[in-house]
Amino acid sequence: MRSIWVLARLTFKETARKKILWMALFVGLAFLLLFGLAEHYQTFGPRITPLIRRQILNTQFIVGMYALNFLVLAMTVLTSVDTISGEIASGTIQAVATKPVRRHQLLIGKWLGFVGMFTIFLCLMVCGLAAMSYWITGYSAHHLLRGLSLMWLESVLLLTVAFLFGTMFSTLTNGIIALGLHGLAFLGGWIEQFGAFTNNERVATIGVLASIVMPSEALWRRAAFEMQSPLVGALGFSPFAAGATPSGMMVGYALVYTIVSLAIALRLFSKRDL
Amino acid sequence: MQTADLAIRTRGLRKTFLNNVAVEGLTLEVPRGEVFGFLGPNGAGKSTSIKMMLGLVAPTSGEAEVLGRPAGEVETRRKIGFLPEHFQFYGWLSGWELLDVHGRLHGMSRQKLRQRIPMLLELVGLTAHRDKRVREFSKGMLQRIGLAQALLNEPELIFLDEPTSGLDPIGRRLVRDIIKAQRERGATVFLNSHLLSEVEITCDRVAFIKRGRVLETRAIQTWIDGETTVSLRARKLDAQILAGLAQWGAVIHSDAERLSLTVGTSDVIPDLLRYLVRSGVDVFEVTPHRLSLEERFLQVVGEDGGL
Repeated sequence: MRSIWVLARLTFKETARKKILWMALFVGLAFLLLFGLAEHYQTFGPRITPLIRRQILNTQFIVGMYALNFLVLAMTVLTSVDTISGEIASGTIQAVATKPVRRHQLLIGKWLGFVGMFTIFLCLMVCGLAAMSYWITGYSAHHLLRGLSLMWLESVLLLTVAFLFGTMFSTLTNGIIALGLHGLAFLGGWIEQFGAFTNNERVATIGVLASIVMPSEALWRRAAFEMQSPLVGALGFSPFAAGATPSGMMVGYALVYTIVSLAIALRLFSKRDL
Repeated sequence: MQTADLAIRTRGLRKTFLNNVAVEGLTLEVPRGEVFGFLGPNGAGKSTSIKMMLGLVAPTSGEAEVLGRPAGEVETRRKIGFLPEHFQFYGWLSGWELLDVHGRLHGMSRQKLRQRIPMLLELVGLTAHRDKRVREFSKGMLQRIGLAQALLNEPELIFLDEPTSGLDPIGRRLVRDIIKAQRERGATVFLNSHLLSEVEITCDRVAFIKRGRVLETRAIQTWIDGETTVSLRARKLDAQILAGLAQWGAVIHSDAERLSLTVGTSDVIPDLLRYLVRSGVDVFEVTPHRLSLEERFLQVVGEDGGL
């Protein structure tokens, strides 16, 4: 257990020492500033009723969250994609794997380090965005905690997939697979929405199948659904407001997908030659 | 030899990668407390063999026991130190932090580490660089810090894979002294090195391997006392005298004034000289020449190195 903690701390410190976390925070702050400025200078004419104003602010908030989610996902994949495959290739892992540390402890320790890193980043960014939105416009977000939890799960899922393929392939191949799968999920999500919008069940099913292959984007769409106002959802006001909302079952599936991916990664890593 | 007396015991250890045989069938016994040299040409399977003994690589077949337990067991690793061939670690850590991380992975207490780390940094000559980032280390400094991490837990068994690689003569001497100190402490050292002169000075016993098989195992001490080639420059050597010399060893070359013969032990040289003088031979020069490890290596492994 102590080894897991040592490795988790080491991984977390690595992101801070390599300035990854600080740069991400810097970019995040720039992003919040941009968002704040836009909200500050946003004016609503006399024809905009308070109800419509609230819907516009909600949509703006979801757009902000969407960009933020992308930032967190990119950071998660880019920082973690090299951790297993890179250390195997360079031989760095040999000095650790010959210590009294079980292979699964080694992997879990690193995994927890990354989870800790993006959890802090995600919380800071989401809370920052929500606080800024409330402070400037008085808008308070819907079901922020639910949205945050789903976005967090999406990052965990993508991290786990990067770990899984990192135990099998080189860094570059792993990066292509992890981002490629997320790209597939992203496209699948839109296909599903278009299918729902045009009442084309076959198209919607293709989208769902893509989400089964990689359920990351489905988690964002569920998060967006949770955080949007019911009226926006009903009107289809925002491009991020899910027309076809991923079900609770899909969220459960994503959770199982993450757990199974982690279990396979642990098994493969325990068996592979270093 | 009893299993309890052995630090390493392998039986028919074999590793194949797809169709490539890295280690053919390694059978080896290394007694505890010995400095053991593991010699072989490039691609002989030395590093793969070490990795199998450490549990980094799973053997395709065969078995390996380390400190009386199956290779790779977590509890056994507490008693093992390992310096990989090209030691690498996170460049963003300082020398001190690197040792601290490794010590913590060994489960060592903070107090113990506060004692051990300065001592080891001093031992490997890096005290002045304790706060320097590892990425700023030279190759030699990396080897030194790698050596320090291998000694952190006061291991019973230390695997050193090319420990002098990248080291200057002072560094090489340091490694020799460290190995000597480990032997005096009672630890077993398993040394994989290409520098045969170093091995000759440091090791108790050596094994020559080729394509993952042990071709020969020899104790260095018996070697020193053992087979010697004696070169002679003398006059009045006739066929009868040459025939008489055969009782000590085979004459491998002779002409009017010079001859060389190989004797089983250097202890016979005085008798040989007495015989020559008694027989009326004028002896001008006698030079005993022991086969160097390098020469023996080339004899056993072959000039092609098995490539």
